[in-house]
Amino acid sequence: MNFGLSEEQELLQETVRGYAANECPASRLREIFDGDALHDETLWRGLAEMGIAGLALPERYGGAGLEMIDLALVAEVLGHAALPGPFLGHSLAAQAILLGGSDAQREQWLPRLAAGDALGSVAIAEAGDRWDPASLELRLEDGHLSGEKGFVPHASAADVIVVVLADGGLALVERAADGLKIEGVEAVDRTRRVEHLTFERTPADPLAQAAGARLRDAGLVLLAADAFGGAWRLIEDSTEYAKTREQFGQQIAMFQSVKHKLADMAVEIEPSRGLYWYAAHAFDHLPDEAERAAALAKAHITDRFMQVARDAVEVHGGIGFTWECDVQIWFKRAMFDRGFLGGPVHHRERCAELAGW
Amino acid sequence: MDLRFSEEYESFRGEVRAFLKEHWPLSGAEAELPPAEQAGRFRERATAAGYLYRSIPSHYGGAEQPPDVLKATVIQEEWRRAHAPGEMRGIGPSMLVPTLIECGSEQQKEKFIRPTLRGDVQWCQGYSEPGSGSDLASLQTRAVLEDGEWVINGHKIWTSGAQHADYMFCLCRTEPDAGKHGGISYLLIDMHQPGIDVRPLRQMTGSADFNEVFLNDVRTPADWIVGKRGEGWIVSRATLKHERNMIGSAEQSQAIFDRLVGLARAERPGGPRSRDPHVRQGLAEIEGYVAAHRYSGYRQLTQAARGRDAGMAPLLNKITSTNLGDKMAKLAYDLIGEQGLCSPSFENMRAGRGESGWVGQYMWSLGMAIGGGTANIQRNVIAERGLGLPRDRAADQRSK
Repeated sequence: MNFGLSEEQELLQETVRGYAANECPASRLREIFDGDALHDETLWRGLAEMGIAGLALPERYGGAGLEMIDLALVAEVLGHAALPGPFLGHSLAAQAILLGGSDAQREQWLPRLAAGDALGSVAIAEAGDRWDPASLELRLEDGHLSGEKGFVPHASAADVIVVVLADGGLALVERAADGLKIEGVEAVDRTRRVEHLTFERTPADPLAQAAGARLRDAGLVLLAADAFGGAWRLIEDSTEYAKTREQFGQQIAMFQSVKHKLADMAVEIEPSRGLYWYAAHAFDHLPDEAERAAALAKAHITDRFMQVARDAVEVHGGIGFTWECDVQIWFKRAMFDRGFLGGPVHHRERCAELAGW
Repeated sequence: MDLRFSEEYESFRGEVRAFLKEHWPLSGAEAELPPAEQAGRFRERATAAGYLYRSIPSHYGGAEQPPDVLKATVIQEEWRRAHAPGEMRGIGPSMLVPTLIECGSEQQKEKFIRPTLRGDVQWCQGYSEPGSGSDLASLQTRAVLEDGEWVINGHKIWTSGAQHADYMFCLCRTEPDAGKHGGISYLLIDMHQPGIDVRPLRQMTGSADFNEVFLNDVRTPADWIVGKRGEGWIVSRATLKHERNMIGSAEQSQAIFDRLVGLARAERPGGPRSRDPHVRQGLAEIEGYVAAHRYSGYRQLTQAARGRDAGMAPLLNKITSTNLGDKMAKLAYDLIGEQGLCSPSFENMRAGRGESGWVGQYMWSLGMAIGGGTANIQRNVIAERGLGLPRDRAADQRSK
């Protein structure tokens, strides 16, 4: 057994980290966060040129032929940088077409998605916080969809949207499809904006396999990885702040109340690195464990991220509560990671059920 | 990353199973021996076969095997399945032996390691004093060299197992003018001699696992010092590190968690508690921590095997483990209901059975958060060494 990253994997993280630092410094991040654009072409184009758009797609479709663990390692770095963009929705759409598509559907979409020439997204949620394939109701009726889907990442920028149907069925809807209405949502996470879809007899192309549950698990892994990276960033930023901010004539980092809070933030987060690694590894290699490992990792790490984000605001004091302070950017990523695909309570109950408790 | 057991390791597993099948439990006349003697004989054979004490040189009674995380895991799994006696536990094998291997003289290694691993001699740790708890380096027990012997006077406290110990490894002030940390030496002391007075300390749990030890003109040979004079603080850091790893072991947390799940799923009037949504949430939340702890351990071992640093992760093991102990004990206490009104049983706790064992766990988990460096001291260490926050210089000055 080898529970560590390869040199290639470390290099992959290093490369993406460098890209994020150069192309999305604090000023650029803030510009996008405060701006109105749904989708930043430039940042995404750069990632696609590095091969990130097709990282976990087979080489025959123009992908890099890597695995979920590699995709998750990238998600961690993007979470750390709070890099705005469509990575999550696009990666999930690509995985869904790979897992559920016929040869023809794969041929049609995957090379374009891998190259970044087409942008993908996923439409999952139905009213009432329903994300799980087993609880969804939307069905295909003679090749058409009628109904609604909520919280679809960057929908109006996507060329193709993978819609999750009742019982985990999947269907492709193209952006220009008839009867597709897209409405913006005041999204809390302005680095990954979402929209609502309404279908009125919208033509949709069903995928060959009902891979909705696998799509969910992939999403859970990527959210867990994003949360791990984001939480670490807040620990680093809060540590730096505590070293520079002075009160009562000394750095606030000298106060044990602050020191211990920062230590506890690290205690909550650092050990969970392997939890998302394992879930990502299981996704490709341990079919019996994959579903539960993904649920456990998502519930645990996104829950911890949210608490760390609250603690980070507290360490920063008054400034931490302002719009001006960047802590809010990660705070809101934490809200997204926690809620998207269902919250910790939902996934913990699934863990209990899957264990037969 | 590869968590699969490759063919090589599956065949290794086959070897381990075959060994266990042949050697445990003992058979024939040996099966009539006292249990401790049986376990001792088995341990020797298992060590000779390369399965126990793998990191200890064979010259000192270990198996001297190259580090292999996966083999160690396979052995552990198979040992658990067979309920076979593993390596000796306790402060001697887990703390003194690694310290001697790192800092001891050849003579000390020859004399002490083998009998300690065999369980023939027991150790206790003479660190804390009534006035020196978290601020351990302020300790006052004195040792003076007289006629080729150290003469030791002082008062140690929280000394687990002193009543059964044959030897103590002890921190003493030998260089009174050398400053707080630089004046301490690490001495080995024979507990069977006049001048040693062991008085049990009764804990809130009702039992007396630890003691006060009074040292009055206690003597030890001049060369029973580990490291040089004044290096005791540095030598002791090697052991503290090992104690953190020992208490922080993820396997222990996993074993307690498995029992907790068993407790929740036990049949009872009205159905198992595990049907209660609150309990299900609690178990799954705890499992997130348990699994994270385990994988963090795998990662640390992998990094160690590669000769690389695991970052701050090793600093977190102890507090993660005690935090988990706390969470699990609290949930268990809810599950046992009215049985929580009964006195704790530590026998049952160690054997992992019965409600009274969980009452023991409920209290003992607190002791775990204090022993080997309190959780708050751990937080200081994590903040200062892990996150690079400034040390509290004022505290150092006050206690000079």
